[in-house]
Amino acid sequence: MAEMTMRDALNQALREELARDEAVFLMGEEVAEYQGAYKVTRGLLDEFGPKRIIDTPITELGFAGLGVGAAMAGLRPIVEFMTFNFSILATDQIINSAAKMLYMSGGQFKIPIVFRGPGGSAYQVSSQHSQALESWYAYFPGLKVVMPSTPADAKGLLKSAIRDDDPVIFIEQERMYGMKGEVPGDEDFIIPLGVADVKREGADATIVARSLMVPVALKAAEELEKDGVSCEVIDPRTIRPLDIDTIIDSVRKTNRVVVAEESHPFCGVGAEISAQIAERAFDYLDAPVKRVSGVDVPMPYAKNLEQLALPDYEKLIQAVREVSYLD
Amino acid sequence: MSSQSTEQREGTKGAAGVLDPPSAKPQSDTLEEDRETLLAMFRQMLLIRRFEEKCAESYSLGKIGGFCHLYIGQEAVAVGAISALRPDDYILTSYREHGQAIAKGITPDAVMAELYGKATGCSRGKGGSMHLFDAEVNFLGGHAIVGGQIPLATGVAFASKYKETDQVALCFFGEAAVNQGAFHESLNMAQLWKLPCIYICENNKYGMGTSLERAMSLQNVSEKACAYELASEFVDGMDVLAMRHVTQRAVKRAREQSAPTLIEARTYRFMGHSMSDPGKYRTRAEIEKYQERDPIKLFTAALIENDILTDKGIEEFEAEIKEEIEHAVRFAEDSLEPEPEELYTNVYANPLTKD
Repeated sequence: MAEMTMRDALNQALREELARDEAVFLMGEEVAEYQGAYKVTRGLLDEFGPKRIIDTPITELGFAGLGVGAAMAGLRPIVEFMTFNFSILATDQIINSAAKMLYMSGGQFKIPIVFRGPGGSAYQVSSQHSQALESWYAYFPGLKVVMPSTPADAKGLLKSAIRDDDPVIFIEQERMYGMKGEVPGDEDFIIPLGVADVKREGADATIVARSLMVPVALKAAEELEKDGVSCEVIDPRTIRPLDIDTIIDSVRKTNRVVVAEESHPFCGVGAEISAQIAERAFDYLDAPVKRVSGVDVPMPYAKNLEQLALPDYEKLIQAVREVSYLD
Repeated sequence: MSSQSTEQREGTKGAAGVLDPPSAKPQSDTLEEDRETLLAMFRQMLLIRRFEEKCAESYSLGKIGGFCHLYIGQEAVAVGAISALRPDDYILTSYREHGQAIAKGITPDAVMAELYGKATGCSRGKGGSMHLFDAEVNFLGGHAIVGGQIPLATGVAFASKYKETDQVALCFFGEAAVNQGAFHESLNMAQLWKLPCIYICENNKYGMGTSLERAMSLQNVSEKACAYELASEFVDGMDVLAMRHVTQRAVKRAREQSAPTLIEARTYRFMGHSMSDPGKYRTRAEIEKYQERDPIKLFTAALIENDILTDKGIEEFEAEIKEEIEHAVRFAEDSLEPEPEELYTNVYANPLTKD
C-alpha cells in the first residue's frame, strides 16, 4: 500500500494494463506529448511510445468511432475524453455503435473499450464544462458505467474496466484528482465491476452516494453521528450494472434512505435507485426515499450561484434528518 | 468497359445536374481478367439482382419486416470493388448492404434468414436488413446511422496497421453520408495516420428523396479528398471492371503504402430509397435514362462481345440462381425464430452477476 492521489492511482492502473496487454492502447486529446490535460496520462508516452499513446485531433465523434472499430478488429482501446462534456459529440458512436454492436451482430462482435475522463462538476467553468452525464450512459443496455470515489477504487475499477470485454464508461470526478488515499501496489489488484461498497456501516439511515458525493456523505455521517444518527454509506461504484441488492439489504436494515448525487434530479440515477427501492423494499421504509441532487438548472458561473447549485453536506444532513423525522 | 472511365472529369450533366463520368466505351479489346473471374463477377451481379427482386416480393408479402433498402442498379459497385479484395480484408457499410454482404461471401441463405428474422440468419435474427454481420468473412456490418460506419472502418484499418496484418478495410457509404461530420473526421485521421482504409462513396444522386444538388455545395465528392490530401478516384459505378480496377489501385496503395483512398463511384438506384418510398421526387424518364446503363446490361454486352458469355450461358446462370434463391427462401421459411431467451443474450460479453 502506498498513499497516492486519485490521479496517480489512475495513472498506475493505465501503466500496468498497458504493460500487461499489447492490444491495449490509449488515445485522446493531449494524452501524449502534453502529458494529459489533467496529467492522468503523465509519463505514458515516454514509457510506451507513440504507437500506443496517441494524441488525437479535436474530433470526438471520429476518434470514439475509430476506437470502436479498432475494438471490432481485436484491439482494446482506452479513449480519453478531455472531459465527458465533450463526449456528447461522440454519443452516436458510443450508443449506436459501441453499446449495440454485440447485440445486433448476434454475439459476433464484442467491443472491449473504455471511454474515460473527468466528469461531474468542476470549479467555476460554467454550464458546458460542469455537468454529470452518468444517467445518459447508464440508460443504455450494452454499456457499463463506473464512477470511483477513492484512489484505490479508481485503480482497481479501471483495471477491471480495461480487462472487461464490454464498452465501459469510466467517469472520474474532476474535483477528486488530487484526493489522496492508500492504494495497493499489487499489479493483480482489481475491483470487480458491479459490486457496491459499504463505505461506512450504520444502523439508522442509508445514504447512497457515488463519486464526489461519497466523501460528502462520509462527512455528513460524522456530523450526524454526533446527533445520534448512525448512517450507512453505500457507494454503488458501478452505476450499470447496479448492485441494487446491497442497497436493498441496507434499506431493510435502516428503513430510511437518502440518495445523494451531483447530477440533475430529473430522470437521474437517483430516480432509478428510488424507484427500485420502492419496488423492492417499500414495506421496509419508515419514510419516503429522499434525493439530494444538483439543482435542475444549467451550471452557473458565479461562485455563490455554483455553490447553491451543488449538493453539499449540509443539504445531505438536512435530508437525513428529514427521513429520520428529527425536525 | 475499362478503367479508362476512372479518374476523368469530363462528362455530362446527369439528370440530377451532377457530372457523370463518360459512358462506357463499347468493349472491343480483350479483357484483362481471365474468363473464370469475369463469369464469377457476372454471376454474382445477377445473383444480387435476383436476390433483391425476391426481397421486394417477400417484403410485399409481409415476410420481411422493418426497413428494406434495395441495391438494384448499384451491383457493379459492390461486385467490382469486393472482387479486388483478399478474403481476409474487411468490409463495413451502410444499411443498403444485402448486395455487399453476398459479394463478400455471406450465403444468400444466411442473408435471407436474417431478413426473415430467423435464428439461422447471419446476425442470429437480431440485426435484420440493416445490420448484417459475419465475422467468418470479415463483414463487419451494415450500420444504419448515415455515415456511422466511416469512423468504424477507419478504426478497423487502424487495427490492421497496429497489428501489422496488412489487411485492408473497405468502407461503403452513400453520397449523403459525405455531409456528415463522421466522414470528414475520418478522412482527416486516415490520412494523418496513414491508415489502410478505402472509402467508397456510392453516389446514387439521392439521399432518400433529396437530390444531391439540393443537399451538397460541392457535388463532385471525390474532389473533397483534397481537403485532407487524400488520394482520390472518380469512377463509373455502372462499370464493374472500372470499379474493380480502381479498387485494385486503392488496395495496392493501402496494402503497400498504408495509405487511404477516397473513391467516388457514380451510380443510380433503380428502386426507391426503401420499400416504402413511392419515389415521387424523380421522373420515370430519369430512371429510364439510367436503366439504359444498367450495370448488368453493360457487362452482359461486353462479355458477349468478347465471346465469354453466350445467351445459353446466361440462361444457365439464371436457372442456377433461381434455384439458389428459392433455396434461400425455403431455408428462411423453414428456419426457427430465435428462442425467447435470446432476447437477453448478447447484451454483454461479460454479464456481471454478484454470485
